[in-house]
Amino acid sequence: MNIYMHEIKAKLQSILIWSGSLCVLILVFLSMFQVFSAETAMVTELMASFPEELLIAFGMTDMDWSTILGFYGLVFTFVQICLAVQAANYGVGLVSIEETEWTADFLLSKPVGRVQILTSKLLAAVTSLAITQAVVWASSFLFLNIFREGQELDAKTVVVLLLSMIVFQLFFLTVGLAISLLVKRVRNVLPYSMALVFGLYILNAFGSLLGEESLEILSPFKHFAPSAIIKHAAWDWPLMMISVALTIISVIASYMLYARRNISSAV
Amino acid sequence: MSIIEVNHLTKYYGKSRGIVDVSFNVEEGEIFGFIGPNGAGKSTTIRLFLSLIFPTDGDAKVFGKDCIQFGPELRQEIGYLPSEVFYYEGMKVLDLLKYSASFFKKDCTKRLHDLAELMELDLNRRISDLSYGNRKKVGIVQGLLHQPKLIILDEPTAGLDPLMQHKFFNLIREENKRGATIFFSSHILGEVQRMCNRVAIIKEGSITEIKDMKTLQKDQYKKIRVTADGLDDDIFQVEGVSEIERENGTVSFFFKGDINTITGLVSKETLSDLTIEDLTLEEIFMHYYE
Repeated sequence: MNIYMHEIKAKLQSILIWSGSLCVLILVFLSMFQVFSAETAMVTELMASFPEELLIAFGMTDMDWSTILGFYGLVFTFVQICLAVQAANYGVGLVSIEETEWTADFLLSKPVGRVQILTSKLLAAVTSLAITQAVVWASSFLFLNIFREGQELDAKTVVVLLLSMIVFQLFFLTVGLAISLLVKRVRNVLPYSMALVFGLYILNAFGSLLGEESLEILSPFKHFAPSAIIKHAAWDWPLMMISVALTIISVIASYMLYARRNISSAV
Repeated sequence: MSIIEVNHLTKYYGKSRGIVDVSFNVEEGEIFGFIGPNGAGKSTTIRLFLSLIFPTDGDAKVFGKDCIQFGPELRQEIGYLPSEVFYYEGMKVLDLLKYSASFFKKDCTKRLHDLAELMELDLNRRISDLSYGNRKKVGIVQGLLHQPKLIILDEPTAGLDPLMQHKFFNLIREENKRGATIFFSSHILGEVQRMCNRVAIIKEGSITEIKDMKTLQKDQYKKIRVTADGLDDDIFQVEGVSEIERENGTVSFFFKGDINTITGLVSKETLSDLTIEDLTLEEIFMHYYE
């Protein structure tokens, strides 16, 4: 419990910044819906003016930006990128920060086992992500209702979309953690988390562009593509199970790697 | 009872050597010195006790139990002061010490404040604002606040001014009188000489000698200086004499053996001065590392 509380306190500022930024992002984007809904013809023209490949790559082909739900799908693709970066940062940094800042000696020489340390840290990270997600839920519904321009809102589909954040962030958290434990020493969290997030993002983009399913099959950006979820008002369960499976494998691998990890000394 | 038992402990980092086949015991109530130059494997040995790293071969037992299998349980009674102290930079000293105390079953609050007062540590400052010496003090307090039965010190005095060093050594002696066993790793020989009952010397990852402090000093070499007019240093070319040096009519050398051999030799001379001293640990140490 003491490690959990310590971790939450250490993450508090980061949680506030991520939650606040996401809230502002959703506000700013949804406030622009007014323009899109009024000028349907202009939006269609705008979409047509983009090269088709670009729209495919960014997963924007099936979106109708003149409906509130379609437009929210666009907003959610940006929300997803932020959520992925946040979760990957927490994952890669979960135990590696103690090693880069040499505080691992302090923590690990205390009468506490490594399983307990890792579990406390994971739970604290999951709590931090849950707080961020709760803010996304609240701001989404608040601003959707303010800016929907009198359109009907299909709340069920929004709920399905928002629920996808859970598995989506757990994937980046745990895969990031496993990667950080596979390398000998993480000197800086960002290169690893950015490579993970944008690597998988680009994998999905290229996969869609080339119509190459084998590429995108590993990417949660494909498993939880907002356009597909909105179109079917449901998750693609088989694809989602790939994310779930990779998450479970990463968790098991992380516990095994951490249990026998040699902590290098500062001198 | 042996507080620490080390059996054929070996650690390789990939291909590079940590320690090789190290075995020794530390008995209850001892102050056990562990000396060797940088890179000899002192910290590696300590990190194995604390299961911060895992052995390639062999094992170590603390309080009779395997230090990996029973790690968390054993560490309730181990206090560790690392050579380099690093703590969570954003925290206040008091919060860090409270966090440290929260891992132990005992209530450490009173001891925490007593130690902080003794070491003149300001509890309200942030870790990031502390000087190296003050960080070291935080290290001392967090290592001792739970009144451990085994105290592991890894080059503890670096960064402390002489006054604080003195206080620190008194504190360690008090803990020892209370019944705590001390494992004292250092390359500063003077402090080991002052503090320890027994000493192990480690060199390039292997133990070269484990000796009683007294035998190490007394049954070993003497340092002898003879001053006399027209002294011929050839007369000291006998068994047991080494490192003869001549300077302005003074001959000095190390001697190991029956002291009457030397007194016999010098009795024929007209001496103006004669000193016979124990070697300092420094000199013994240099001897082992030649």
